[in-house]
Amino acid sequence: MDKIVVLASAVGLIGLIYWFFLGKKDEGGAVATDVKIKVAGGYSPALVKIPAGKEVTITLTRTDPTDCLEEFVIPDLKIKRNLVMNKDEVIKLKISKSGKYEFHCGMSMYKGAIVAV
Amino acid sequence: MTKTFPIVGMHCASCAVNIQRALRKTPGVAAATVNYATEKANVEYDPEVVNESKMNEAIKGLGYELVADEPQVQDMKNKEIERWKWKFIVGGVISAISIWGSFTGMNWGVLLGLATISQFGVGWDFYRTTWASLKNRSANMDTLIAIGTSVAYGYSAAVTLLGVKGEPYFDTSVTIIALIVLGKWLEARARGKTSEAIKKLMGLQPKTARVIRDGKEMEIEIEKIIVGDKIRVRPGEKVPVDGVVESGETSIDESMVTGESIPLYKHEGDTVIGGTLNTTGTIIFMAKKVGSETMLAQIIKLVEEAQASRAPIQKLVDVISGYFVPAVLMLTVATFAGWYIFGPSTGSGLAGMLAAIAVLIIACPCALGLATPTALVVGTGLAAQHGILVKDAQALEIAHKINHVVFDKTGTLTEGKPVVTDIKGGDEVLKLAASLEAGSEHPLAKAILEAAEKTALQLAKVEKFEGLAGEGVKGIINKKEYRLGKPLDETDEIKKLENEGKTVVVLGTKEKTLGIIAIADTIRETAKDAVAQLQKQKIDVSLITGDNPRTAAAIANQLGVKRYFAQVLPADKENAVRQLQSEGKTVAMVGDGVNDAPALSAANVGVAMATGTDVAMEAAGITLVNKDLRSIPLALKLSRATLRTIKTNLFWAFAYNVILIPAAALGYLSPILASAAMATSSISVVTNSLFLKRTRL
Repeated sequence: MDKIVVLASAVGLIGLIYWFFLGKKDEGGAVATDVKIKVAGGYSPALVKIPAGKEVTITLTRTDPTDCLEEFVIPDLKIKRNLVMNKDEVIKLKISKSGKYEFHCGMSMYKGAIVAV
Repeated sequence: MTKTFPIVGMHCASCAVNIQRALRKTPGVAAATVNYATEKANVEYDPEVVNESKMNEAIKGLGYELVADEPQVQDMKNKEIERWKWKFIVGGVISAISIWGSFTGMNWGVLLGLATISQFGVGWDFYRTTWASLKNRSANMDTLIAIGTSVAYGYSAAVTLLGVKGEPYFDTSVTIIALIVLGKWLEARARGKTSEAIKKLMGLQPKTARVIRDGKEMEIEIEKIIVGDKIRVRPGEKVPVDGVVESGETSIDESMVTGESIPLYKHEGDTVIGGTLNTTGTIIFMAKKVGSETMLAQIIKLVEEAQASRAPIQKLVDVISGYFVPAVLMLTVATFAGWYIFGPSTGSGLAGMLAAIAVLIIACPCALGLATPTALVVGTGLAAQHGILVKDAQALEIAHKINHVVFDKTGTLTEGKPVVTDIKGGDEVLKLAASLEAGSEHPLAKAILEAAEKTALQLAKVEKFEGLAGEGVKGIINKKEYRLGKPLDETDEIKKLENEGKTVVVLGTKEKTLGIIAIADTIRETAKDAVAQLQKQKIDVSLITGDNPRTAAAIANQLGVKRYFAQVLPADKENAVRQLQSEGKTVAMVGDGVNDAPALSAANVGVAMATGTDVAMEAAGITLVNKDLRSIPLALKLSRATLRTIKTNLFWAFAYNVILIPAAALGYLSPILASAAMATSSISVVTNSLFLKRTRL
């Protein structure tokens, strides 16, 4: 009997883990030219929408000491910044080609994307 | 004193005005100007009355921040390393006592106390980051460690305090924490070393310069130098910005910027590069490029960009890393359930718990994540130290597959400064030829004009001048029509000159040939060596030139090159590259980056020789800052070494997880052993990347 309980709990827990971590959907907010991203246990918001062809300011504030969050990389734009704890890092950019530009931490564990529309 | 500080948090031009006002109101500040575009404040202040932090306070309330000194990031990293070190010392001592205590039967209460300090003191960061991650519905390695150690600690605490049947595992949780913290400490130290090359480049620029304005010499900060300033550089001083020597002569050591090993003699009219070291003499030069325009700034920017780019080989890791931690969490649950259901009839729950903890602890996404970027940072940094600038990770990755290098002849294999070597027909021929070529920008015309200038010949007036596309020129001098251009027929004399690798032009009238002028371009000293080194690396070499086949063959022969493309018009160089590619070759094209742009783009990797102090070559994947052609075999060797490091890193990081996670799940690894393996995995990847520095070049 206890084995059935353990099995059922395990299946339930695995399902919960899947839903919690992999089932999230980030729609992103409205298109903005001044974006603020909080860097703690990931990026929030992780999906930001910006207008293509306009200068945009992205401000990152890191409050999480996790090593890999120290580096912020947008590979397709060849941008890499070191985020000092509790300090705003301002990135000014202008993306002329609309599309999705992924960003991630130094070890590619935490991810997000900029969508230029 | 006057100083410039970066300002953080400006969003519009009015911010600059606000900051300016706030700074000016601060006691001790005499003057302040804030530039929105550069995000910098120039403040004149009395350091005895006001300091950086007071100025920062003055503008902080408005939502801005004044950055006292640039090396903050480095300070932060050093603090981080120091913090991990202390955590390890405390955690290590607790671990040693606990292990000794568990063997000698130390009171469980004391062990619980020690474990609590370790769990929530030394290991507090793991909880903090886990909580931050969970709020974002994400997880990382710290999440796994926090859960793993919490289970071991929680179970042991329950045994001690609640009398749950069994033995406590305090030594497990404290040792895991101590070892992981040790791993983090060593990793942070090693990671700092990967970016040493770029830090060195950043440290090259001096802080001040001796500027002569209105006849007065003064020492000013480097940011204040403007184009056109005259700057004095004395022996032993660094050249502050890029410019051209106006007076004096000296030798300058450019090795730190260009990788050029021998100090170069410089005199009036020569270019000097900011960040290089003046050795013997004193010069005065005029600043031509300042700030972000300087060669050093461009190099740093290029290297930084390359290090931020994504290597195609990284793609798989990127996909995996997104699922890694959740997958390990699911596997942990499955491990426990599996042991509980299918394990031995007694103690299967406990065995399942230990196996599950081992799975959580052994999983190491960090090693995977570090595999490519650390090697890339070391590889591109090392290349930059040798004057090789790699545009991005993709170029570096393709470069290791190159099996054919095609060189553009003029200006690449040769100096690009042709000189007249032979004249048949005397000064009259040279005079007529120079008259016809007067005003032309063509390198051959320049050579003829220079020769005429040297012999102080008076040029004649030319009427009805006409350029004959690809053939030469014609015009009327003293009522007689002359033609200067390619030989129309081949005499033995012409053949002989062409066989020596010279370009021959013939001067004639309609009736007869009057004379011959042979022009040759000096082959670069390093060309032959470069070709030989490439061939030793089993890379085929060919050359492209506009010369006729005989001249091309002669030059190819001098260099030991077997294949050449002769009589190629500039626009057709691209086709030659495509032809090689259609033969199944992976081609690197080496050119000057200006006239060859289409061919460079068409090649798998375009290699451009930087001209002057311009290094940002759009079409090139690799730019050579020095004019040393031996940098090409070096660059290819480096790319192969870097790729090899990336591949070994990825192999070990994958193999580590693929082999040890199942081993842990099946109960073959104790949690303590798992933590020791985990602590060594990331550090071994970083250390392997650091070994790249020892590549024999």
